Amino acid sequence: MIETLFFDALRSAVGPTAASYALLAVGLNLHFGYTGLLNFGQVGFMLVGAYGMAITVSVFGGPLWLGVIVGVLAAVVLSLLLGAPTLRLRADYLAITTIAAGEILRFLVRNTGSDALTGSVFGLRQFAGDFYALSPFPPGDYLGPLRFNANRLWVTLVGWGLVTLLSLLVWALMRSPWGRVLRSIREDEDAARSLGKNVFLFKMQSLILGGVIGAIGGMVFVLALQNLTPEMFLPQVTFFAFAIMILGGTGTVLGPTLGAVVFWFLLTGLQSGIRSVVDSGAIPGVAGGQAVGAVSLIAVGLLLMVLMIRRPQGVLGNREELRLDVS
Amino acid sequence: MSPDPALPTIPEGLRGVAHEPGVAKPDPILVVDGLRRSFGGVTAVDVEHLEIPRGLITGLIGPNGAGKTTLFNLLTGFDTPDEGDWTFDGTSAVGTSAYRVARAGMVRTFQLTKALSRMTVLENLMLGASGQHGERMRTALLPWRWRAQEQEVLERAEELLVRFRLDHMRDQYAGTLSGGQRKLLEMARALMVEPSLVMLDEPMAGVNPALTQSLLGHVKDLRDVEGRSVVFVEHDMDVVFDISDWVVCLAQGRVIAEGPPSAIGADPAVVDAYLGATHDHRALREERRRRREESGA
Amino acid sequence: MVSSSVPSCSVRSTRTAISTVVPTLAAALLASVAVALALALSLGASPASAQDAATTEESIGGRLAFEGEAVAGVTIVVASTDGSATFETVTDADGAWLVVLPGPGTYRVELQVATLPEGIGLRDPERSSLELRVFENSTSAAIFALGEPQEVESDLLRRILQGTLNGLKFGLIIGMTSIGLSLIFGTTGLVNFAHGDLVTVGAFLAFLLNVTLGLHLLIAAPLAVIGGAVIAGALDRGIWRPLRARQTGLIAMLVVSIGLAFVLRHVVLLFLGGSRQSYMDFTLQSALDIGLVRVQPVELWVMGLSVAMLVAVGLMLTRTRLGKSMRAVADNRDLAASSGIDVQRVILSVWVLGGALTAVGGVFLGMIESVDYLMGFRLLLLMFAGVILGGLGSAYGAMLGGLVVGLVSEVSTVWFSSQIKYVWALGVLILILLFRPQGLLGRRERFG
Repeated sequence: MIETLFFDALRSAVGPTAASYALLAVGLNLHFGYTGLLNFGQVGFMLVGAYGMAITVSVFGGPLWLGVIVGVLAAVVLSLLLGAPTLRLRADYLAITTIAAGEILRFLVRNTGSDALTGSVFGLRQFAGDFYALSPFPPGDYLGPLRFNANRLWVTLVGWGLVTLLSLLVWALMRSPWGRVLRSIREDEDAARSLGKNVFLFKMQSLILGGVIGAIGGMVFVLALQNLTPEMFLPQVTFFAFAIMILGGTGTVLGPTLGAVVFWFLLTGLQSGIRSVVDSGAIPGVAGGQAVGAVSLIAVGLLLMVLMIRRPQGVLGNREELRLDVS
Repeated sequence: MSPDPALPTIPEGLRGVAHEPGVAKPDPILVVDGLRRSFGGVTAVDVEHLEIPRGLITGLIGPNGAGKTTLFNLLTGFDTPDEGDWTFDGTSAVGTSAYRVARAGMVRTFQLTKALSRMTVLENLMLGASGQHGERMRTALLPWRWRAQEQEVLERAEELLVRFRLDHMRDQYAGTLSGGQRKLLEMARALMVEPSLVMLDEPMAGVNPALTQSLLGHVKDLRDVEGRSVVFVEHDMDVVFDISDWVVCLAQGRVIAEGPPSAIGADPAVVDAYLGATHDHRALREERRRRREESGA
Repeated sequence: MVSSSVPSCSVRSTRTAISTVVPTLAAALLASVAVALALALSLGASPASAQDAATTEESIGGRLAFEGEAVAGVTIVVASTDGSATFETVTDADGAWLVVLPGPGTYRVELQVATLPEGIGLRDPERSSLELRVFENSTSAAIFALGEPQEVESDLLRRILQGTLNGLKFGLIIGMTSIGLSLIFGTTGLVNFAHGDLVTVGAFLAFLLNVTLGLHLLIAAPLAVIGGAVIAGALDRGIWRPLRARQTGLIAMLVVSIGLAFVLRHVVLLFLGGSRQSYMDFTLQSALDIGLVRVQPVELWVMGLSVAMLVAVGLMLTRTRLGKSMRAVADNRDLAASSGIDVQRVILSVWVLGGALTAVGGVFLGMIESVDYLMGFRLLLLMFAGVILGGLGSAYGAMLGGLVVGLVSEVSTVWFSSQIKYVWALGVLILILLFRPQGLLGRRERFG
């Protein structure tokens, strides 16, 4: 039983979902970890990326590459809309606006009125064909006990490939003078301003780039599932990504990847564990499916609190930095 | 050179300038006109006319709450006035955002130092340099386009670190510096911008006496060696009289006196402002508290 | 790297602070979980107990008819409330439809009004979507009453008035719950993302007392309000005050509040389940016709009491010593401290007051709508909109902003789909940030 549990957890930790969350966290890390922007609506970027791609392909019959471009552009537009009113204000205004925007978008896509475009509550299907047609793997079972089929293997490889590529991009950017300005904004934006840096512009660039990375995460997420519904884009997605980022270490290049693997390993392990306990009837009066979801989300909440209080720099975080408490 | 070693002589450019508020000077770098800013009915700054001389050190004094920092904030674009106009180097600077003010050559420091804690001392300095190609997002990914410039910036930063005796802290996080070292860091960082006017908000506050002398030396060097103009806010009168060429006294937002250090100490308006102010301040606080309790506002 | 002695000293003080924060935090959470567990166990049989997977078969079905004639070709959509599954079907020649479900639970059944034949509409246009509980091995019936399609244009005035009334009802609740949010921000600088979940906790406590323990709502509600106040006070003492003492950054505290929100929300989910629930009393009242609008007596009571509460809070803030100190601390914490106000005590009272008001709001919302674990989170976004609209930190701004947000979202349903009514309220939020970020009653921020 322990073995099944372990492989369940591992299967999830290296799978495409973990890769998509790693991408969300890479974007969030650019926002929060490097620039100090509080984006509580990363799920909104994920949503526009996923819907932008899926609508282009399944509703308008466009090719996959066009869908990807549309998704990316949608994320750019969303960043501009959100950033313009809030990036000159205190950090918490961006937090409130982004979380609200994520919910607005979800209401809008699930609204009956947008059925023709978004499929309302049913969402969209049949947009992943082009993507899987590119797969070089013949059908079969891969990765031994993890039992990945060919499609899952393909999307997993692409997902982690993108994580690697975009992490490298962030790494290259952060060691340039551009990255230095971003970090100075995180530390004290008035100081950056007093040295002649156009803080608004840098914040906007960071918001856009991180948002686009989040949108790409959304595309990988729905390509892996081969369908999308509005309920995949609940606000909690953002907070999972936050937990991942803080777990791995804010402001570190490898943090999001490490965080995603550890987070999904723990979460899936926990869920399978609870499920087997509940199914065995050891706890009377607690319903099965609900309990698994609820307890694991309580655990995520506690993780977020305890990490933020005890180790705001995360597992990979720099010890030296930890001493200089974030203010 | 100086007949009275205790007080510096009046520099050439200011000889013959009358010792009165709002007086015109031969070659001002900064000219302020009718500048007003109030917070909820309390006027913080109300400057009729003020000229800051070029190439000299101007001390800005005044009791607590006189509006010195607010004036700094307004002039450097960190706050917006209710009305007023000012020109920097002949160009109107009204409504200019803070970063443009800095790029135009007016760079400030802060009363509460803003060391970028989780960046090294060297990074703090290198950030200061203007016109870096690598700060553009597009070029940031092409290191060969900015590496040479980065090397120049690095050399300049290292020179300044040596000058400000911070070179031994080069790779430490700025958050580990002492209060005095932070003041030095902030001044050095401001110089990386190559400003023509340096605005120092209480550069000596909280600095231990041993360091004060070297800081004073640095401020004088700004004028004597580099030919920059300096405005600084300071509470310690000895310091003000020691290094200023000209002193402006602010009280309740207004310029109440101007003159060379030798004249300002004896100015009755200044003495009155300081003595009256401590008294006033306490009375004002009492009054505010009473009002607050009555109206709950 | 040479580590200097200065930071190591600060590390030590941080550690001692942590060692006080974490145990209190853990103790507070453990206690709340234990209490909830005990209550849930006393609930006895919760929804599904023992499952027999082999024989389970659940479904939802119904038959559509209009004046005795079967209505065919109408699309029906069934979705599980957690969003994990959606099914679509079309009524057959007998007007009948059936969807076989993956298991028991709560499902939302929606009739796609656009697919109804010409000349046939829903008797009550609001009821195009129903929420149903499906039990093990049973078929639940979803009944859609068909009738003549309603005249839309002729009663525009009536609908605007009805929207305004609903907006007032809703807006008063938003205003009431936002006061705490705004004052907590004003006094501590914290944007409390767990504030909405305090609303849920208040409503949930009343549900436990009313439905599980069988107390009348008139007794359960005040007890829930006391509970809400105590929990909010405990949160300040157990989590926020120690964090303030450590001088934790506001952004870090904000992330902690998100974590706390998660914990509160899902503790409620664990014991309340994912579906919507109602209180035992004051339900199923028949609506009164007052002039052009229809309103249930309970809604009138809720509105009257909300107005009374808001007036009481307003008087408290202007007339009492405590109220004045609250506003003084919110206005300028340092000045208030220097004039002899015990800031920590005032902050605690703000939390207690805010907790009580959110609980009242939660119970009211539960009475006029329903109780579910996401009710507070949904409200939170509207509370944010209201608080920013009114001016962060101002109690009166929160009341005013809440009212405006409630009115905007409800009146929008006169012209637009009610599915997107919150979108308009959140749109107001973005507009106000663009043009007057300090809010209607707020002041421009002071620098330096």
